[in-house]
Amino acid sequence: MSFEIEKVAELARIRLTPDEKNKLQSDLGAILGYVEKLKSVDTSQVSETSHVMDLTNVFREDKVLPSDVSAAVLRAAPDRDGKFFRVPKTVER
Amino acid sequence: MTTVYEAVIGLEVHVQLDTHSKIFCACSTKFGSEPNANTCPVCLGLPGSLPVLNGQALHLAVKVGIALNCEISKRLKFDRKNYFYPDLPKAYQISQFDQPVNGAGWLLIETRSEDGSWKEKKIGIHRAHLEEDAGKLLHEGIEGASLVDFNRAGVPLLEIVSDPDLSSPEEAYAYLTSLKAILQYLEVSDCNMEEGSLRCDANVSIRKRGDKNLGTKTEIKNLNSFKNVQRAIQYEIERQTELVEGGGRVIQETRLWNDVKAQTFVMRSKEQAHDYRYFPEPDLVPLTIESAAIEAIRKELPELPAAKAARFRKDYGLGDYDASVLVQEKALAAYFEQAIKAHANAKMISNWMQSELLALLNSKKLAIQSSPVSAQALAGLVALIESGTISGKIAKDVLPVMFETGQTAQEVVREKGWVQVTDESLIETIADKIIADNSQSVQDYRAGKKQALGFLVGQMMKASQGKVNPKLANEVLARKIGV
Ligand SMILES: [Zn+2]
Repeated sequence: MSFEIEKVAELARIRLTPDEKNKLQSDLGAILGYVEKLKSVDTSQVSETSHVMDLTNVFREDKVLPSDVSAAVLRAAPDRDGKFFRVPKTVER
Repeated sequence: MTTVYEAVIGLEVHVQLDTHSKIFCACSTKFGSEPNANTCPVCLGLPGSLPVLNGQALHLAVKVGIALNCEISKRLKFDRKNYFYPDLPKAYQISQFDQPVNGAGWLLIETRSEDGSWKEKKIGIHRAHLEEDAGKLLHEGIEGASLVDFNRAGVPLLEIVSDPDLSSPEEAYAYLTSLKAILQYLEVSDCNMEEGSLRCDANVSIRKRGDKNLGTKTEIKNLNSFKNVQRAIQYEIERQTELVEGGGRVIQETRLWNDVKAQTFVMRSKEQAHDYRYFPEPDLVPLTIESAAIEAIRKELPELPAAKAARFRKDYGLGDYDASVLVQEKALAAYFEQAIKAHANAKMISNWMQSELLALLNSKKLAIQSSPVSAQALAGLVALIESGTISGKIAKDVLPVMFETGQTAQEVVREKGWVQVTDESLIETIADKIIADNSQSVQDYRAGKKQALGFLVGQMMKASQGKVNPKLANEVLARKIGV
């Protein structure tokens, strides 16, 4: 199973050493090989599943319940400016 | 734009659904709160927190889907759209990929054709799906950093994607107006562009007229009003046409509209194409919507703008243009119907609403709901004109007083003594004086200069402070001068 380990790393925003690359290449390769094996199972009689629990239609009522985490989260943030989080300057998307 | 090319335009509208709490957590959606006040572990993407869908968000989304004639999905799910950006705490946005709540649909727009007549055009809706909003980044005036406010993160959005069926900036404008009217009738969103509850991106390309293939498109962002959507598309069509005619090629890119410069500029962005790696959101269970539930929501729908306009044309004999202006806003249409209940002259009520009343409301930045002149009061004014008690000209002075004081037309007219003079003997007295004072004009009229009579009528109006019935003045003068 071939895939571009470098592209995957870039999309995940992680930097890999050559050693890590090799190791992950083989680990992920093994996982993908297993998925490949699963593909050979006949699922024509099985309905499509997007969730492991046999649950549908779980809703929350449209009610406001204030949370008080904001101050604590701001305190724990790497950088802040008053009540804002402060991050390195970003260009427009 | 030369006639060689035609524009192909599609619009993506993000509309905030009017819920109390966010789409996947119980934080408030209130605008204008202190930065990061409306946040919790779910919308901040803290480990171990789990989203649960707000049932009302789905309900409102289905309502829009029905109104836009969409195919409502019986089965739907949410997916993760993965990308990194500081306004996105989880590094993915919960959105819908292959099972959106609303599939293909359409809406009608009215556009003016080249001969000036109005025609309807059906614009396809590609899909309308639910997703969560991201936070807000502030860059301006901050050196080397950006500030983040996550109050918006997790606010429910419906992204409504049109088919590329629009072929001019005017049609794009008409589509947005029509869509906004529907959303407001449904009461699913306040559609306030300034507060970000309605946002629009435009996809624009050009192609040789008659060509079946689509040209390369550009996506325009940063459009903060419907007028600017129209201007930006106009600019972009011209830019692309010039480029192609000069032998160049349109490059697929995202461009930002600059309001001040009235131009679009290419957005600085990384070269790599987006790779969102959508996959089903494992923290949310799949959903089913029963046909019975869809039918129940359908019953909740009010009469929508297009149906109302058709009824106004049929029942009240209004023209296409008048009907479409009056139904633009639910409250405006309601005002109109209340007024004609009080005095059944639809054409006159419509005219007075559209010209004088709306101008007064605009000058005071008031919505029709807060008009100091009630529908009944406006009907009363029109009734006075129709009965000949006051002239249309005087009525134009009466309305601002009604607006200012909240008095009825009758009260204003009585108080100011503005009752129209229809007493012929009084009119004859004034006419005699005007004839005596303007012998030159009288001679001119006798000599065949028809416009001289208009001048004399004007003098009579002036002498009576506009109170003389102009039709009667005309008759009396013509008779006295004896031509
Ligand atoms: Zn929250």
